[in-house]
Amino acid sequence: MNRTAVAAFTVAGWSGFYVMLVELLSSRILAPYFGSSIYVWGAIIFIFMLGLAIGYLLGGLYSRHDATLRRLCVLQAASALATLPTVVWGDQVSGWLFDTGMDVRYGSLAACMALFFIPTAFAGMVSPYAVRLVIKDRETSGRTAGYLYFVSTLGSSAGTLLTSFYFVLWWDVNHIFAGAIAVSLALCAAVALTVGGKRSEIA
Amino acid sequence: MRTFPGKTAALALVAAAISLSGAPAGAQGQKLLHEEKSLYRNIRVLEEDGQRCLMFRARRLVGYQSCIQPNEPDKLVLEYSRMMLAGLYMNAAPPKKVMIIGLGGGVLPRTLQALLPNAKIDVVELDPGVDKVARGWFGFKPGPNMRVVISDGRVFVKRRPKTEAPYDLVLLDAFNEDYIPEHMLTREFLEEVKATMSPNGVIAANTFSGTELYDHESTTYKAVFGAFYTLPRANRIIIARLGGPPSMAEVRANAATWEEAFRKRGASQDNLLPMISTRVDWDEKARIFTDQYSPSNLLNSRKRG
Repeated sequence: MNRTAVAAFTVAGWSGFYVMLVELLSSRILAPYFGSSIYVWGAIIFIFMLGLAIGYLLGGLYSRHDATLRRLCVLQAASALATLPTVVWGDQVSGWLFDTGMDVRYGSLAACMALFFIPTAFAGMVSPYAVRLVIKDRETSGRTAGYLYFVSTLGSSAGTLLTSFYFVLWWDVNHIFAGAIAVSLALCAAVALTVGGKRSEIA
Repeated sequence: MRTFPGKTAALALVAAAISLSGAPAGAQGQKLLHEEKSLYRNIRVLEEDGQRCLMFRARRLVGYQSCIQPNEPDKLVLEYSRMMLAGLYMNAAPPKKVMIIGLGGGVLPRTLQALLPNAKIDVVELDPGVDKVARGWFGFKPGPNMRVVISDGRVFVKRRPKTEAPYDLVLLDAFNEDYIPEHMLTREFLEEVKATMSPNGVIAANTFSGTELYDHESTTYKAVFGAFYTLPRANRIIIARLGGPPSMAEVRANAATWEEAFRKRGASQDNLLPMISTRVDWDEKARIFTDQYSPSNLLNSRKRG
């Protein structure tokens, strides 16, 4: 496997990890205001699924024009940076929506939309964009896409387990967010600086 | 694509939270009277040795939430429910306004309604299924001074209008050994509860012992309420009063005024007073739970060394 592919797989795997880390922690941000009832989880899952769906759509469209690893990195970095306002203002936004007195179901949905839709959509763009970068030819395209889903989904499962089993036991929610954002930016900078300009395998 | 992990992982979480379905009840001598799946859990009503108990857990046939003796419905069967009543020992004046978070079989609300006929009592319960079962199987009948609100406890406390009269007594009974709502065991939550209480208001909380949670829970209560009394048994009851705990002499004097009413319910100062302790037997450096750091269920699964 060449360096472009290794880099694309790494970013996709981390992106999968990152989304699930954020999804699990999102419940911690909402719980003080909206509880942790089934409808809060419903709101969270709805927004994350919606964000990913829109991200897949946009990522696929975006990949048609001059796809490079550097742009892949920018997508993941954008997802990470879009989480920053959540860390800084998550509490205020939840509080403000809570204070409107609206039904807790719609309150949690609105808070989730405001805080997590954009980072999730950017993260969703990564996978289809990475597919574009690693596919060589039609013959192996399905297999390559399969590898990519494998890596990205494996990242998601790891992010889910590590966050819920260990990270919340070791660190504050905001510290976990900050760490994950820092890893995203460091990874993207490293990839962009080393092999960033590389175009995809097939023109 | 990643639809998969997101969906399955998150759904698995929800599924784990709402359905612990499985093994039928039916250990020796236990009779399953009623079973229903609520939004949040399986609710079972079991009868054994003349006692009727409410249970949430599916596989292990211990861990009763509430028990009554149908032929003596006023009797407090479970020790922890008698221990919670020691909250009434903290002030000479009986509470005029009470909040109970966590309904269970409605035993504590029913008892307080009888002991404090003039008090306004708010009962907050998350699960409408629990309310239904309490009314149907445990003789829970809210009177005109009682309001039952189906809501998350924290949401209720946050949303409570500041113009309402403050609570003189708060009973926190929303936890069981299987699952702790983690957002209701943090410094921020306890501060919010504190803000709803009157100047000498009392909080009695049914909490845990025997796991690592013990230390963290203790330091968290200490951080918000200062020194407090505990009644340490299998369950541990924490009783804190705003403005500091009363002297034991005051506690004893107040206890005497309740003795007659308590005895009718199977509780007595003879049992309760010796349990009341100020002993600090936890690690005072244990990290305080906050909205940022609240792995209470994880810590509750670790036996205390």
